[in-house]
Amino acid sequence: MMLYDWLALAMLGALALYACTGGADFGGGVWDLLATGPRAAEQRALIEKVIAPVWEANHVWLILLVVMLFVGFPAGFAAGATALHVPLTLMLVGIVARGSAFVFRAYGAPGRVRARWGRVFAIASVVTPIFLGLSLGAITAGEVRVAGGIVVSGYFAWVDWFPLAVGLMLLCTFAYLAAVYLCIEAETPALQNDFRRRALAAGITLGATVWTIQLTAGPGTAHFAERLFGSPWSLPLQLGTAAAALLALASLLTRRYRLARVMAVAQVWLMIGGFGLAQRPYLIFPDVTLGAAAAPEATLRFLLGALAAGALVLFPSLWYLMRVFRR
Amino acid sequence: MALSLGFHIVFAAIGIAMPVFMVIAEVMWRRTRDERYLALAKQWARGTAVLFAVGAVSGTVLSFELGLLFPIFMKHAGAVIGMPFSLEGFAFFTEAIFLGIYLYGRDKVKPRWHIAAGVIVALSGALSAVFVILANAWMNVPTGFDWTRDAGGRLIISNVDPVAAMQSPMAASQVIHMLLAAYMATALAVAGVHAWALLRGRDAELHRRALGIALAILIPTALAQPVVGHWAGQVVAREQPMKLAAMEQLVKTQRGAALHIGPVPVPKLLSIMAFNHPDAEVRGLEEIPRADWPHPVVRWAFQAMVALGTLLGLLALWACLRWLRRRRTPWWDSRRLLRALMVCAPLGFVAIEAGWVVTEVGRQPWVITGVLRTAEAVTPMPGLGYKFAGFALIYLGLAVTVGFVLWRMVKEAPR
Repeated sequence: MMLYDWLALAMLGALALYACTGGADFGGGVWDLLATGPRAAEQRALIEKVIAPVWEANHVWLILLVVMLFVGFPAGFAAGATALHVPLTLMLVGIVARGSAFVFRAYGAPGRVRARWGRVFAIASVVTPIFLGLSLGAITAGEVRVAGGIVVSGYFAWVDWFPLAVGLMLLCTFAYLAAVYLCIEAETPALQNDFRRRALAAGITLGATVWTIQLTAGPGTAHFAERLFGSPWSLPLQLGTAAAALLALASLLTRRYRLARVMAVAQVWLMIGGFGLAQRPYLIFPDVTLGAAAAPEATLRFLLGALAAGALVLFPSLWYLMRVFRR
Repeated sequence: MALSLGFHIVFAAIGIAMPVFMVIAEVMWRRTRDERYLALAKQWARGTAVLFAVGAVSGTVLSFELGLLFPIFMKHAGAVIGMPFSLEGFAFFTEAIFLGIYLYGRDKVKPRWHIAAGVIVALSGALSAVFVILANAWMNVPTGFDWTRDAGGRLIISNVDPVAAMQSPMAASQVIHMLLAAYMATALAVAGVHAWALLRGRDAELHRRALGIALAILIPTALAQPVVGHWAGQVVAREQPMKLAAMEQLVKTQRGAALHIGPVPVPKLLSIMAFNHPDAEVRGLEEIPRADWPHPVVRWAFQAMVALGTLLGLLALWACLRWLRRRRTPWWDSRRLLRALMVCAPLGFVAIEAGWVVTEVGRQPWVITGVLRTAEAVTPMPGLGYKFAGFALIYLGLAVTVGFVLWRMVKEAPR
């Protein structure tokens, strides 16, 4: 493995951590939007209480990911940011709306105003992951073309079924994780049951979206599919993911929520790991490889050193945060 | 981009300074067991929560916009100044984690850990500012790499040394100038709010304590800032002579250059201020092509910054004198001082924005001085005008809402 492979691995790890933390916060927003039944207000209150202390810290994984991308793979970042200008901008609008609506709801006026900010928070939580997934789908499916360091596929190459399906899959993933976490955080059995039903529904929907993606696969994704299904690591990975997914659903059915959480997280890590393995050696398929987009060796070495040193501070702090606020 | 930065800089400044206030109030509460300090720490923490969240999301926009708007800049600069950005990422992470613990963990962690969390928030906030300013200093006077242009005129960067890139000659003065500005502007705004409350006859004991803490930060920072600003100006004179020329709109290179205070020229003062000698040579804009002259707004922004800095220094001196004579008359009895603080409350941030215009517009037409022009670095994306207008509306809405939410907090605070 080259230095840039290690960096790509670190980025993949950050993406998985973001999905399982910050992503789940967006999933919480989805359940805020879909809060129904006699306990709708309680559901919203629980979501708010669980997210409030941690969402800003969780969100930093995304910032860290972007920073690693532009420091470690500046040419890839430049090309990706140009070609995906529109969905990334819309994602940013969603991030701004989600975060500020959340604090305005928490600290602003009560009553109607509060409900309206809640609505903004919830809708932005649904929209943002779709655009993030769209962007990831576009760099996988060969939608973005680059020649001589210049984007030649225009600004709307990401408008296609495959990226959209990836966006929906990401949204389902986030909602699924959130529902599983909320089963553990819920303080009453009734509320726990609400989120158990939601987790089961989201888990099954997630499975369905994964199949939908295969329907939208075209010639652009042939390479990705070949790597994902035809590599030596394919079979163990597929079996592992399927096992984790089924075990997660089974533990939800049998109300073993802590086990469900472990399995759901494992499932997401395996899915993202599969994405990374299949995407390698490309950053933006098919024109930008990791090696071609990487920064000079000196920068990579310092960046990896900084990441290692930063991790020494970061992980204990995160552990402490989770210990204080999580069950 | 400029819009996002201009918006973010205010929230960032408050995000750096506000945790210091809440920690001081909390430490005072621990030491004196005076419940008013606790009430104050909680109020300030609520304000910090709102401002930090908005600062965090606007900061995210910035980190993406670097690439969205200046892909060519990032392609070249990413590898060189990525270090401060990645270190900033960690500092910001730490800040967010411990702010969560501070804001929501009051009943969940031991008091000592709670204060420690607040201290970490304050320190990591300052640290992230340091890293971001290091990157900005590099744009002003780049170091730590070699560059050439190939036959097609494309920029090629080699021999990258990320550590040397963090040691631009501009770094030290810019960092200290901006940190002081952040503490000073926030202290002034806080002092203004509590002065208003005192004038309205609100819970005097509480607001006196608040004002006391705010002034304890305002007075030293506002008195030190002119000195540091002078130092920063001398570094600019040495390292970025054309920015200095733009700040004074000096066209001709000359010895014994005059400094204009408003429309009034003071002979030889510019030479003295910039180089400590009345006959020192100051280089003028004539040395670069007319098309490369920075926009004249730099001069007005510079004048505004200096005028505000002087005004706030005098205000701090006044407050300081009142404080020294507190035995004879308690300083909070001076309604004139309170009114002055109230009126001046936003001026610190105005000065920050002015200073930011000086350093950014003063660097134009370069995004990396002498290496890469802004026009070359910008995205080829069409329709940026719409995007600009859209973000302007969003930021305007955010600013209004934040103001509204904070105003409600102040109004509904315990009387």
